[in-house]
Amino acid sequence: MSVLFTDDHEWISVDGDVATVGITQYALEQLGDLVFVEVPEAGRAVSKGEETAVVESVKAASEVYTPVSGEVVEGNAAIADDPAGVSGDTGGDGWFFKIKMSDASELDGLKDEDAYKAYVDGLD
Amino acid sequence: MSDLQKTPLDALHRELGAKMVPFAGYDMPVQYPAGILKEHLHTREGASLFDVSHMGQAFLKGDGAIEAFETLVPGDYQVMAEGKTRYTVLLNDQGGIMDDLMATRIAGGLYLVVNAACKDQDFAHIEKGTAGKADLEILTDRALLALQGPKAGEVLARLAPDTADMKFMNFREVSIQGIDCFVTRSGYTGEDGFEISVPSNKAEDFAKLLLGQPEVEPAGLGSRDSLRLEAGLCLYGHDITTETTPIEADLKWVVNKRRREQGGFPGYDIIMGQLNDGTQRLRVGILPEGRAPAREGAEIQDNAGNTIGEITSGGFGPSVGGPVAMGYVQTDFAEPGTAVNLIVRGKPLAAKVVKMPFTDKSYKT
Repeated sequence: MSVLFTDDHEWISVDGDVATVGITQYALEQLGDLVFVEVPEAGRAVSKGEETAVVESVKAASEVYTPVSGEVVEGNAAIADDPAGVSGDTGGDGWFFKIKMSDASELDGLKDEDAYKAYVDGLD
Repeated sequence: MSDLQKTPLDALHRELGAKMVPFAGYDMPVQYPAGILKEHLHTREGASLFDVSHMGQAFLKGDGAIEAFETLVPGDYQVMAEGKTRYTVLLNDQGGIMDDLMATRIAGGLYLVVNAACKDQDFAHIEKGTAGKADLEILTDRALLALQGPKAGEVLARLAPDTADMKFMNFREVSIQGIDCFVTRSGYTGEDGFEISVPSNKAEDFAKLLLGQPEVEPAGLGSRDSLRLEAGLCLYGHDITTETTPIEADLKWVVNKRRREQGGFPGYDIIMGQLNDGTQRLRVGILPEGRAPAREGAEIQDNAGNTIGEITSGGFGPSVGGPVAMGYVQTDFAEPGTAVNLIVRGKPLAAKVVKMPFTDKSYKT
């Protein structure tokens, strides 16, 4: 299983042809207290870069873009019920959605953990 | 970023770990490490200290000050005793709101507190409108702190026993540990509390004195916004603008009785026409039924899909425990209980027109 990151602060944990997508600790810190999460229905077809989930803090609404194209296997109902469950932990339960990828080569441009860390350090 | 102004509490905010954001030309704390939710909830049960030094403060003094000021606003200031504060609005010739402000009767005139984003324009307007009758003295050397929450009265009385018997919208000049303070029992949270003006060079000492009280925590602009929204209070530039009159904004109480009869303020004919005949649209509270917040700019539709208005402020209300909003709707839809839809991310969200505030006010009256 490999973990990759986007410049928009999503993490992607890849297991075979299924990608689990969440938002990073950095994104969580920027957002502050979360008050609302919307996740996609299973079966929805999405293309890379499409708005696939929504996360709102007291301050503002943000979109979660899917970093890969494919079909949504599952949206995480637990975080939609309780936004406090969203987590930056790439192996944990605080993910947003799982996607059955239609084109694994879309992963090629994403950052690995070291590259993402360096990217975030450069932002502060 | 370097051209942002700093308040006299800038160093303290950083020491307290605040997250700073640009607001109205100032570098301001949006939240401290506790976060907006906790700061909001603490304000409703304890006492919170907000830095609002970015706001404009001034004296308008002179024999003709009250009369001259009344030519700019619909409030009755002649009837007020010294030491009383009243909320009012600066009006343009169309009856549109140029800003909302607090004006207090003091010896020799008025003490004014206006919004940060409008202050240069407001002061120029007031100076011009009162020229020859009053002198405007802008208080650039004073900071403004808001102590808000149900414990605010107890905290301030401990430090300044003279403030214990102050009532809502009363003003008093008080010396607190040698610091010369202008204390107004008012605020922008829906809670009891005070706005306290202190000399800039004493602001940090005074803030630390308040933060040293066990009930008091610092709070930033983020919770100030969610608190005022739950309290149904307008944010200038959003819920009220030069395009909205006080009648449309459901603030008809700012047009005091004598002023309705005698006039003499900008937009009088338009405002009286609206008072008598009603308006096309009205500011109302809106409660979304689900959990998704509707933000400023969201379209309001009737059940048939016709546009009937727009959200002007919206977000999550921590004390309500769900989304809250306010906005303007066509007057036919302004009755509490009316079902409407809010268009959020292209989808209609069911919502209801409701009376404001969303939370009970607890002013000391």
